[in-house]
Amino acid sequence: MSTAFPTGSFVRVDKPALHALVDRLREAGYRVIGPAVSQGAVVYEELRPGADLPVGYTDDQEAGRYRLKKADTENHFDYTVGPHSLKNFLFPPRTTVLETIRIRGDWRMQVPEPPRERLAVIGPRACDLHALAVLDRVLLDGPWVDPDYQARREGLFVVAVQCGRSAPTCFCASMGTGPAAASGFDLALTELPDHFVFQVGTERGGQALAGLPCRPCTADEVAEAQGVPRKAGQQQRRRLDPAGLRDRLLQNLEHERWDEVARRCLACANCTMVCPTCFCTQVREVTDLGGDRARRERLWDSCFTDEHSYMNSGTVRKATRARYRQWLTHKLATWVDQFGTSGCVGCGRCITWCPVGIDLTEEAAAIAGGSP
Amino acid sequence: MTTLLTPPVAAPAGPWAPQPAVIRDVRPETPGVTTYCLEFTDRHAAAAYRFRPGQFNMLYLPGIGEAAISVSSDPAELGTLRHTVRAAGNVTRALARAKPGDRLGLRGPFGTGWPLAGGCGQDIILAAGGIGLAPLRPAIYHLIRHRADYGRVILLSGARTPQDLLYASEYDAWRAGGVEVETTVDIGDGDWQGNIGVMPVLFYRLRLDPRRTHVWTCGPEVMIRFVIFEALARRIAPAHIHLSMERNMSCAVGLCGRCQFGPVFVCKDGPVFTYERLQPYLHVEDL
Repeated sequence: MSTAFPTGSFVRVDKPALHALVDRLREAGYRVIGPAVSQGAVVYEELRPGADLPVGYTDDQEAGRYRLKKADTENHFDYTVGPHSLKNFLFPPRTTVLETIRIRGDWRMQVPEPPRERLAVIGPRACDLHALAVLDRVLLDGPWVDPDYQARREGLFVVAVQCGRSAPTCFCASMGTGPAAASGFDLALTELPDHFVFQVGTERGGQALAGLPCRPCTADEVAEAQGVPRKAGQQQRRRLDPAGLRDRLLQNLEHERWDEVARRCLACANCTMVCPTCFCTQVREVTDLGGDRARRERLWDSCFTDEHSYMNSGTVRKATRARYRQWLTHKLATWVDQFGTSGCVGCGRCITWCPVGIDLTEEAAAIAGGSP
Repeated sequence: MTTLLTPPVAAPAGPWAPQPAVIRDVRPETPGVTTYCLEFTDRHAAAAYRFRPGQFNMLYLPGIGEAAISVSSDPAELGTLRHTVRAAGNVTRALARAKPGDRLGLRGPFGTGWPLAGGCGQDIILAAGGIGLAPLRPAIYHLIRHRADYGRVILLSGARTPQDLLYASEYDAWRAGGVEVETTVDIGDGDWQGNIGVMPVLFYRLRLDPRRTHVWTCGPEVMIRFVIFEALARRIAPAHIHLSMERNMSCAVGLCGRCQFGPVFVCKDGPVFTYERLQPYLHVEDL
């Protein structure tokens, strides 16, 4: 059993072996990130040695609502996506982009060394993997590369989870981004009542399983596993019609619905914080009291803030109408011009975490679908 | 199991590293507007640096912050860089207190420039309002140096008052270099004998051949809209109207998302755009 499993193969793994896999990744030098229950939600945290993965939780999500509940099973992954995504770890909310020291009147300016730690993440769903591919286009594929993201991204080991159910806020099926994860992982696990089925996505994924209590799947076991995300997809009721959406939105920049949604929107920026692809940042100057050291810190920003479009001549997008319009049209329309893909992966986080329950699919349909 | 872990890769230089520079000269221009002459402290950085007229740099004052400032010097003048700055925000106000010998950081150049090659053989109207003349000045130097490559070169320069006309002391030299210079002010004073009125009205008196006229414009956005209006009214093609946009720029390389204007990032896709490209968006309020 010590030979590695080939890429593309399916492997039946006993449930307790998941902890052994986590330990093995940690021993190999990875900082292992995985699901944890915190403040009433499933989030991503570093999995410390000996820490248990949450078992027996499910969630109840609707527009403006997230409740973690005890499930009537002892499964590991009966919940769907929480407020965190891979963005939190690969593109952290706060990083330092420049450090400056004054030595004898002269400023020495230095870009910090890129992070050397290697991340392994247990739990991303198909939508999250698509979001990562979107971030790659934004931060790696242009004329300029973000060195911090590149360093974190380079060594990432992904153990994806095939969704066993959809939340009412999920709409990945209509976006073609899930629920089945087809690529972008080293391993993808499907949870069944008494075992996991791991799909091997890369050579090192296959190596990571070698020696664990597992065996190749039979054809029936593969079919059973593949049916799990398919069933989850059939549960989805929300949908976004991406065909022609870019043009239909940009032709409706003066639609009266922008005014209507602006009366509900609090411009709180929650949607941009939980969005797995929103990448806007600001840079803040941080100094010590002596004035001889300065640091430039990059922080997540949001197009819902006043400062985002601030110029000396004034803020360009003064009203919530303009800010919501910027967010929605960027996400669903101009993103296509900029990066050749929609910025939305159908994860539904912006719907769940909107305090007033604004539904992106509903707004997009109202603005792009109907008459102004 | 060490094969599970990929080795770290060599980091790219990245967009965030400024080059140290020193302020060699501080030249007051108009009220609130100053030109800073900068030199890189590193010889190799100085030798490697080239910019195209219309491009900008990020000037960094440690402890204060960064500001996007267009280069206003002659691109053929190697070794020194001039930036004409209006004290308006926290960085530019701190810069206003700077003296020769002070150090700062500079990264760039960024963005697109004026279409110097595309304008060859054509008549060029440079339409500038206030400090909007700063990013056009490198183009003026280029046009004068390559005067035979272009048709008519007309500078329309407008300002609020006669004292606000930027680079006014150079206009005679530019005229001698073959540039038709027309000026106007919004508010005259006792000594002002010239035009009074907003800058776009200078178009009224021009006799143009629209088929061979290109417009390069920079200034307040409302002025740019009226320049476009006047140019279109004279049947100048949207593809021949070039404007320099201003938005909130933080990273200067299209990664921070703040300077978006519809589908474009002003920092990396601009700041110089054709009107043809921005046409669907330029008239949308608060975009």
